[in-house]
Amino acid sequence: MVAAKRPSFGPCTLSILSSILTDTIALDSVTHAYDTESGKLPVLNDLSIKVAQNAFTAVVGPSGCGKSTLTRLIAGLMRPDEGTVWLAGEQVRSPRSTVGMAFQNPVLLEWRTILDNVLLPLEIVKNSLSRSQREARAKDLLALVGLAGFEDKRPSELSGGMRQRASLCRALVHNPDVLILDEPFGALDAFTREDLWQAMHDLRRQEPFTALLITHDLRESIFLADEVVVLSGRPATAQYVLSVDIDPTNGSHRTLDDLYTPGASEMLATLREQIRIAQGDAPKAAPGGN
Amino acid sequence: MLRKIAVPLGAVLVFLVFWEWLVWVNGWPNYKMASPSDLIPAYAKFWDLFLIYGWQTLWRTVAGLLLAIIVGVAIGMVMGLSKTVRDGLYPLLVGFNAIPKATVVPVVALMFVGAHDMNTILIAFMISFFPIAVSISIGLSTLEPEYRDILRSLGASRFTIFRKIALPKTLPEFFGALKVAVTLAFIGTNLMEIVEPHGKGLGHLFDSGKISADYPLMFAVLIALAVLGILLYYVVVLLEQIFAGWAERAET
Ligand SMILES: Nc1ncnc2c1ncn2[C@@H]1O[C@H](COP(=O)(O)OP(=O)(O)OP(=O)(O)O)[C@@H](O)[C@H]1O
Ligand SMILES: [Mg+2]
Repeated sequence: MVAAKRPSFGPCTLSILSSILTDTIALDSVTHAYDTESGKLPVLNDLSIKVAQNAFTAVVGPSGCGKSTLTRLIAGLMRPDEGTVWLAGEQVRSPRSTVGMAFQNPVLLEWRTILDNVLLPLEIVKNSLSRSQREARAKDLLALVGLAGFEDKRPSELSGGMRQRASLCRALVHNPDVLILDEPFGALDAFTREDLWQAMHDLRRQEPFTALLITHDLRESIFLADEVVVLSGRPATAQYVLSVDIDPTNGSHRTLDDLYTPGASEMLATLREQIRIAQGDAPKAAPGGN
Repeated sequence: MLRKIAVPLGAVLVFLVFWEWLVWVNGWPNYKMASPSDLIPAYAKFWDLFLIYGWQTLWRTVAGLLLAIIVGVAIGMVMGLSKTVRDGLYPLLVGFNAIPKATVVPVVALMFVGAHDMNTILIAFMISFFPIAVSISIGLSTLEPEYRDILRSLGASRFTIFRKIALPKTLPEFFGALKVAVTLAFIGTNLMEIVEPHGKGLGHLFDSGKISADYPLMFAVLIALAVLGILLYYVVVLLEQIFAGWAERAET
């Protein structure tokens, strides 16, 4: 599937209409530029991405190509110059409480305990849970990512990986439909990262959500996602979309071993090639398909 | 806990003994340098005055400080939240802060003739609000956008973000500035009391010591001021531990 410039009317319009009703996240020909001192800086150019309900999409692309900008647009923190962002069939005009976010920096609040940090979204988002129900929910999530017993610790008492786990729990505590992850595992060591990949799969099995993950790690992208979108260099557009199918044939869960099958190696090679193209001088020179 | 009190107390004792020894060894007369043993009769003689004037100095300093907190926080907030206001106000504030307050004292005294309490509070306020305004504005303007985004992405209002994130995050800086402001406010109060004598406060007692050549009294006033300063400073430290104790834990 290649994102091509769509005419404003015609058969494609119908397909967009149907997709915004079925997809949870849909970016439709989004173009965005920042105002900087040296003039307009185009960051996204005619970018279209769709994520079906409860699907997991990873987005990879060259450094500085506009990935974080993309997450801010989906979260409603900014509005695109052109094009539309849809969440569950509704146009995004402002932030909405059905979204959970986690960044590379876990941004935990030092004056709160880990438990109170995780509870923060429930203080903002309208909900009918009692205090004890909220705490039970937060504790369940913390236990799920291996942080049982750390509820009353302060963020500074935890390791980087543990803080990142807590930040994932905070992103999920209000039961968001959409989880937006901007390189949340980027600053972690390889072992911790792989642990968290597993935790991510566990969380998804526990309570399904639609996820969009920004990452620099190609292995991470195919281990976690159902679909990987490669962005071109700035201004970014969807250059390539890869369907990931590395699940074991016997129906058991994905494990790290599945990253070392011939199929997975081939996918990684394809992605690496696409990134190379994206980093090249002519970013949109070689649109591919699968 | 016992150590926490015993160690500083011991240090004060050592200091007093050293002082007494220094005066004794050099054979200084008390107009050159009073010794601690000279102070005891001074306190005994003027104890009532020390209580009355000490109280006047204390409450006016605290009032000036409270005013400085209210105005400083307000200015810091608008400066921290709007870059335009910050760019506009900053040079004004720096300029105002650069004026030696001793020159402002007669001006203020002339402006509000006879309103001694107000004048004194005003000077204490003027000299001490600057660090508070700066600390709040820096704390707010250096708030990482991600901190704001975790709440903003949930649809939180600006006020909620301020209350839940910006305010608590700025508290340690605020208390740091408040410790400086306490000392400054004391300087302000005494400046007014000494430069424009109006018969109130420890500054007045100091002045009468000077006029009547009662040197031990002057030294006794200095020590009394130091004690009041220490007292207020530790009140701030106590408040800091209650409201921003987490910052201290985070550093270790
Ligand atoms: N608020 C802003 N104002 C002006 N320019 C910005 C702003 N935010 C980002 N940019 C610029 O837009 C471009 C894309 O930024 P963005 O953060 O979206 O990239 P990214 O793909 O997330 O980068 P990275 O891989 O380093 O995380 C960068 O060149 C950046 O300098
Ligand atoms: Mg980024």
